[in-house]
Amino acid sequence: MSDAPLVDPWLALKASTRARIGLNRCGDSLPTTDQLQFQLAHAKARDAVHGAVDFDSLAASLAPRTTLRVHSAARTRAEYLGRPDLGRRLSAESHETLLAHAGAYDIAFVIADGLSSAAIESHAASVLNACFERLQHLTCSPVALVEQGRVAIGDEIGHLLGAELVVVLIGERPGLSTPDSLGIYVTWNPAPGRRDSERNCISNVHANGLTYQDATNKVASLTFGARELKLTGVQLTEGTLEKVAVENEGGLFEHPSINL
Amino acid sequence: MARYSVSLGFETYRFETLSQLMACATPKRSGDELAGIAAGNDTQRVAARMALAELPLHTFLDDPLVPYEIDEVTRLIIDSHDKGAFAPIASLTVGELREWLLSHQCTTEVLASVSTGLTPEMVAAVSKLMRNQDLIAVAAKIQVTTAFRNSLGLPGRLASRLQPNHPTDDLLGIAASTIDGLLYGIGDAVIGVNPASDSVTTCVDILNMLDSVRQRFEIPTQTCVLAHLTTTLSAIERGAPVDLAFQSIAGTEAANKGFGVSLSLLEEAHQATQSLKRGTVGKNVMYFETGQGSALSSDAHYGVDQQTLEARAYGVARAFRPLLVNTVVGFIGPEYLYDSKQIIRAGLEDHFCGKLLGLPMGVDVCYTNHAEADQDDMDSLMVLLCVAGANFLIAVPGADDVMLNYQSLSNHDILGLRRTLGLRPTPEFELWLDRMGLLGVDGSVQALPPQDTRMGQILALGDGL
Repeated sequence: MSDAPLVDPWLALKASTRARIGLNRCGDSLPTTDQLQFQLAHAKARDAVHGAVDFDSLAASLAPRTTLRVHSAARTRAEYLGRPDLGRRLSAESHETLLAHAGAYDIAFVIADGLSSAAIESHAASVLNACFERLQHLTCSPVALVEQGRVAIGDEIGHLLGAELVVVLIGERPGLSTPDSLGIYVTWNPAPGRRDSERNCISNVHANGLTYQDATNKVASLTFGARELKLTGVQLTEGTLEKVAVENEGGLFEHPSINL
Repeated sequence: MARYSVSLGFETYRFETLSQLMACATPKRSGDELAGIAAGNDTQRVAARMALAELPLHTFLDDPLVPYEIDEVTRLIIDSHDKGAFAPIASLTVGELREWLLSHQCTTEVLASVSTGLTPEMVAAVSKLMRNQDLIAVAAKIQVTTAFRNSLGLPGRLASRLQPNHPTDDLLGIAASTIDGLLYGIGDAVIGVNPASDSVTTCVDILNMLDSVRQRFEIPTQTCVLAHLTTTLSAIERGAPVDLAFQSIAGTEAANKGFGVSLSLLEEAHQATQSLKRGTVGKNVMYFETGQGSALSSDAHYGVDQQTLEARAYGVARAFRPLLVNTVVGFIGPEYLYDSKQIIRAGLEDHFCGKLLGLPMGVDVCYTNHAEADQDDMDSLMVLLCVAGANFLIAVPGADDVMLNYQSLSNHDILGLRRTLGLRPTPEFELWLDRMGLLGVDGSVQALPPQDTRMGQILALGDGL
């Protein structure tokens, strides 16, 4: 055997994945440090699920834009977790709040806590402000801030506000390595009863995932495609977006790089 | 007048339909509450069990829970019912079936002979009258063996699926997790990747990589990319090395349609995969995953409780003589199984029902971060399942699946279970571990020191990817 210093033989392979490979064993069990790291990651994920978003601060960071505080029909987090149907519907009071702001808007933005408060607190304001800057030529409704909301609640919100398109920013179900992943759902002609196949999803917006810039580009390109084709969902693919972009070359709207 | 009723003191509990009776009798479950079919309180739940216990088994043949005319799964169950095998138990009620299954005269051989005479609904019904210990005691008597490149389900053996998932299907990343698992002696059930993309090219690339790793070290196991069946069929057309055809399945025709499959598509894939003749010690080529709640989530449940529909999925599976079936028990989330109590119970029910129907049952002992469960609960369930005789369990590096974002068991846990309970890998795989120098004198899988030359050889599997 040579006297060369020992290097971790896993080093090269560890660079290729975030999976917890190359762990040591004590007996057949995990070493104490790895066990505690796992518990810490799980604790962060659970805290992200059960934590409450500070919507007051969020509203402040979106000022001077108008925000509307609304609530789903799920009253508590426990009810929200057990009854996804309630998280997709508005409370009666919220219904009134939104009707009072009804108009004719190109787009309605919605921020819902979903399954990760950490995702909303870390990323929602930055992404939304970037979207506003990018889509200045469109008429935007007040921003709905939803407690105990699921993706489909955007359908009712967009419908009540009178928006052609709804964009929902929502906390995704936390994984151990990503407690703060943000998802973005884009739905044309929002109304209760829209199917999931009728929306487009941009997922994995977080520090080690999709950047704010890329996420904003995708929102812009989907918005452009939806307005041209009057639809979203499985028919709004990379291919159809490219076609629309080529046909509109030199048009009013500068088309961003297409990458769903 | 209600068709089923039971009187408790001054109160009479009535159940209008067989589905309602089954749903009220089933243990408390958030998915049945979500569907609005669960018992309203605990007393009604036990009353339903009392009425169910009195029910003759043939009721389930006479009164299908999902109509025969509209559902091909019901037609499969009824048309393939083995009356000869049913004869010895034909006169029993559901309550009597429980006692018969638990009796010592009901041996491994007797259970095997009666399996095709039982329908999924009968098995689901009797499970509702059983405690966890009953589910374990009966399942432990059942032996279901299958084979492809190794022999699964033999007594005293615990196989494991190596699940080297990667969020972007990076081949080196998948190889890294595969190597990690092999060094723990994991992977005798299958080395199976859930792809992030459903593209045929990706599927073929992963299949080629896994097959080259398998061949390079002559590992007596099977590999699988758990893509949609249509993707796997395309991969077969392109000449990819497909050992097993995988598909998620459910208990109604409509729910299977939601998965994009039908019985005829399953049969097509079964035949196409068998025609490749890649198995060396056996010909079982199908791999199915299931899980309570899938029919409700695709709005295809017909008012039937989720545990009964899960058993019907096993009715689908057994028509194709699969190598492997596992319930992904805690994956679906708290709206179907709220907490560890429900997950543990469901895991034992699924294992029992599948085994009794003649399936080679494994379990993905798992949970999501929004369920009320943690790794301690998985420890309990994995031990219970091994005592109940599960054919295989699933493991990922450090219990953390970085692609599907949920927690399963760690490779470590399989080693611990084998040692604590005296269980061994499949015979062919155990010989291979010995050839590789990974097996210690006590039969356990040894950790190689980093400077060991074999470590270098195995780690070099990733070179060139």
